Amino acid sequence: MSGLEIPTWDPETALLIGTILVEAIVLYVGYAGLERLVAPHLMRLLIGGDGSGQ
Amino acid sequence: MGVVSSALDLIGSGFGILDATPEMLALFVGFGLVVGVLFGFFGMGGSFLVTPALLMLDYEPSVAVGSGMAFVFGTAVIATLKHHDLGQVDYKLGAIMITGTTIGIEVGRASVYYLQSIGLAGAIISVAYVVLLGGVGAMVTRDALNGEDGGIDHEAADKSLDEYEIPETAKKIQRTVRIPPMVTLRGDVRVSAWVITAVAFATGLLSGFLGVGGGFIRMPAMIYAIGVPVPVAVGTDLFEIVFSGGLGSYLYGQGGGVDLGIVVPLLFGSALGARVGSAATAVVDSDGIKVYFGGMLLVGAIAVGIGEVGSYIGSPTLETVGLFLVIGAAVVVAAAILYTSVVSLRTAQSRQTTTAD
Repeated sequence: MSGLEIPTWDPETALLIGTILVEAIVLYVGYAGLERLVAPHLMRLLIGGDGSGQ
Repeated sequence: MGVVSSALDLIGSGFGILDATPEMLALFVGFGLVVGVLFGFFGMGGSFLVTPALLMLDYEPSVAVGSGMAFVFGTAVIATLKHHDLGQVDYKLGAIMITGTTIGIEVGRASVYYLQSIGLAGAIISVAYVVLLGGVGAMVTRDALNGEDGGIDHEAADKSLDEYEIPETAKKIQRTVRIPPMVTLRGDVRVSAWVITAVAFATGLLSGFLGVGGGFIRMPAMIYAIGVPVPVAVGTDLFEIVFSGGLGSYLYGQGGGVDLGIVVPLLFGSALGARVGSAATAVVDSDGIKVYFGGMLLVGAIAVGIGEVGSYIGSPTLETVGLFLVIGAAVVVAAAILYTSVVSLRTAQSRQTTTAD
């Protein structure tokens, strides 16, 4: 693999990188939903209020 | 059929994730969480510690750099989605930068494989990290002690583009380097495409060689050499890393350099950590903590040095000490951010209650 290369089509590697891309998008959407659900409860637990003053 | 069978092979092997032990998966999720908090809070430095830690865990240099780069790619996808929603991405600038960065990354990647073939990759990458972490760490610590800004200025990042003033250096470059084609960027910045390409190549080279996003060099370069407004520099840098990091990961992946058993758990932890770190910027003044961030990078530099000496003289104890220092320094700074956030929130809450009374 040493030496400069022009990328060639490799389905297995494309699937590998695609997996990371899909995981990133799922995490972005998933954690955003989780934040909306859990954040108010977590704030109450941590500071005894909803932190809306911030 | 080839595509289907290779896909089935990959799925059948559990995407390589099942090869990792539960302890390693937990370590990577936890480390990802810490790295994410740092990235979300400081806006840089997320990837600095991943490749050195993987090298100290005895991964092949190409796997350490390749997986570090794939992690950066995933992180950049998530951060770009956020900055796109805020309208802070200059797609034209990003597109011009992609070519220069891609060539830079490929030259860097080829250098890693060449050095690996002659058995010098681990040592040279570690030395480069000592210099880089030490240099950036010293700079951030000095700025923090002098009360100046290091990393991304969150207040500047929140300003509107009309309020932004182009730095003197960028104005000088825009006046002197007028090699066509000239391009107009967001914020009415007019600059030679060659300046953009040169900046992109230099940072791409660093990225491909060290497996880092390169934002800590590319962002100041975009701001001070090209004259891009801070919020646009942040968003465009991330957008650009999605492409260059994706291609770099693909090239490393073809050589077996991307291990999903490392990348998937790291990303899982860091995506959550980045949300926490980013939320913490709203309640904690980052200037007070910046000195610890600089200190963490300096400790990281020392740790990589100790680990490399341990590997050179064949002392597993020194390698373990190096690894604990790298992870420990990051954990301490992330814990300081979380602790300060909770204390600030509680103080604000009790003040609010007293006022209401």
